[in-house]
Amino acid sequence: MKYMAQRDAYGDTLVRLGQHRKDLVVLDADLSGSTKTGKFAKACPDRFFNCGIAEQNMMSTAAGLAAGGKLVFASTFAVFATGRCWDQIRQSITYPDMNVKIVATHAGITVGGDGASHQCLEDLALMSSLPRMTVVVPTDAVETVKAIEAIAEHRGPCYVRMGRSKVPVLTDEDDPFEIGRATLLREGHDISLIGTGQMVAACMEAAESLAANGISAEVINMSTIKPLDTATIASSVASTGCVVTAEEHNIIGGLGSHVASFLVESCPVPMERIGVRDRFGESGEPEELLEKYGLTGHHVAEAAVRVIGRK
Amino acid sequence: MGDYDVDIIKELEQKADLIRHHVIDMTCEAGSGHPGGSLSSADIFTALFFQVMRHDPSYPQWDGRDRFVLSKGHCAPAYYAVLAESGYMPVDELWSLRKLGSRLQGHPSRTMLPYVEMSTGSLGQGLSVSNGLALAFKLDGSDSRVYCICGDGEMQSGQNWEAGMFAAHYGLDNITAFVDRNRLQIDGCTEDVMAIDPIADKWKAFGWHVIEIDGHDMIQILDACQEAIATEGRPTMVIAHTTKGKGVSFMEDNAGFHGKCCTPEERVQACKELEGCQ
Ligand SMILES: Cc1ncc(C[n+]2csc(CCOP(=O)(O)OP(=O)(O)O)c2C)c(N)n1
Ligand SMILES: [Mg+2]
Repeated sequence: MKYMAQRDAYGDTLVRLGQHRKDLVVLDADLSGSTKTGKFAKACPDRFFNCGIAEQNMMSTAAGLAAGGKLVFASTFAVFATGRCWDQIRQSITYPDMNVKIVATHAGITVGGDGASHQCLEDLALMSSLPRMTVVVPTDAVETVKAIEAIAEHRGPCYVRMGRSKVPVLTDEDDPFEIGRATLLREGHDISLIGTGQMVAACMEAAESLAANGISAEVINMSTIKPLDTATIASSVASTGCVVTAEEHNIIGGLGSHVASFLVESCPVPMERIGVRDRFGESGEPEELLEKYGLTGHHVAEAAVRVIGRK
Repeated sequence: MGDYDVDIIKELEQKADLIRHHVIDMTCEAGSGHPGGSLSSADIFTALFFQVMRHDPSYPQWDGRDRFVLSKGHCAPAYYAVLAESGYMPVDELWSLRKLGSRLQGHPSRTMLPYVEMSTGSLGQGLSVSNGLALAFKLDGSDSRVYCICGDGEMQSGQNWEAGMFAAHYGLDNITAFVDRNRLQIDGCTEDVMAIDPIADKWKAFGWHVIEIDGHDMIQILDACQEAIATEGRPTMVIAHTTKGKGVSFMEDNAGFHGKCCTPEERVQACKELEGCQ
């Protein structure tokens, strides 16, 4: 399996887009080396603006640039992009419907050593609760390229979430990508495993181990959290009759919450959510943390067995 | 200004180099962390914890203690090193930095390590927290002081200026804050990324008593702290001119060592240079 960092794909895509989109402007807040907007800064120095360690100012400035007709990408770590700036995003970006793309890196517990202050587990909740906001979580570097291209074309505020680590490449160059459309990575009939971001890989791993035990799991890559692809969820559970969701996020307000809300209102089925159970993270190696916080393939597989037992 | 015993100054300077040595060892053992700003602020940390601040490691929760807020929380290695050398925890615990289950989180955590007065790591908030502590002391008629260390890049965050207004407005003269003016942040030189100068004039305009010092000169640090204590009606901001990575030749003035530890070979070299100072 090939491993690639999504943020590298992000930086490269910005550079490519910048060549023909002369209206593209990129902002960062002293983290351009980490978010990889630095690649764009090098290629198009006249359309890159470092805002310094002043994220709130960056977001409202992004809104102003968008009001001035620019296609704006603003990047920093997820914890600062969403938590620090939530009101600026609400008041200056989503309420006035500005064409600003907030692309955050270093989301989730796999940030590792920096610890809880930097491990954002609440961004999906914060961003998806904002009217007009589109929330995209590409699963790998290949999908990241398409997601960035898609949000550049899409009119309106968007949030894109990526992690820090290199993650396995699960999708193909020629797989279609559409905002608001989930993709089926593996067909099955006993349970639907719906993952987002790097937890899709954990779902694939779980599906493998379940198959070895005679359980056929369907794996869905939910690369858009909002708008949620309810049609794909509905048709999947119509055949499997139960669900496990998996996300590197608090189980409150993320993928699991959104899927549960939909199912409860339309077609309730037994369900379990894999995610961080309303806790802050801590320092450690990414792999150790995924294990400790219950975010690995075997955790997904165990939840699947429990849920199938409740059918 | 101050008349200090030469031995005391010498001892503090040696202590600061020991703190630097710990910073190198801790970040190398962890394989990550922030040595650059920890080394630039090591002299200030040392002066505060071993000379200036009123605190009692054998009675950490003593009400009458001064409070310390590390606004630039990424410099936790220097903070943990002075806490250990003060006797709050065994020096051996320092090697657990950033490891799973350790109390020594990548950024200071109040719930994990009780000697930490405030969890920090998201820049720009420590001065506001210091204001709250200082205000509480005023309300209680306590003569404890609040000490706060900020980064210079951190000054770009608008909340500092909201806090600056507040402290001056309420006459919080029980705050001594430092800007570690090492002129570097992650993406490069502060003046290239987002200029903060004239930083001293800005704080003066905000109603603070401002002192500019060489942040590696122990006597100047101690003098500034004395001057702050003697200043009535206004909070004090010490602009400490420093060198990022101070004490290790190849780390000095090198933005690359903001958030990266040494290689094993560099570690040997760094420790040799720091031991040479002692
Ligand atoms: C609000 C916020 N934005 C971004 C960061 C990421 N970050 C960590 S350290 C740092 C640079 C700090 O530079 P400076 O304040 O000059 O500190 P020093 O040079 O003393 O290390 C940045 C941007 C953060 N911790 N908090
Ligand atoms: Mg600095």
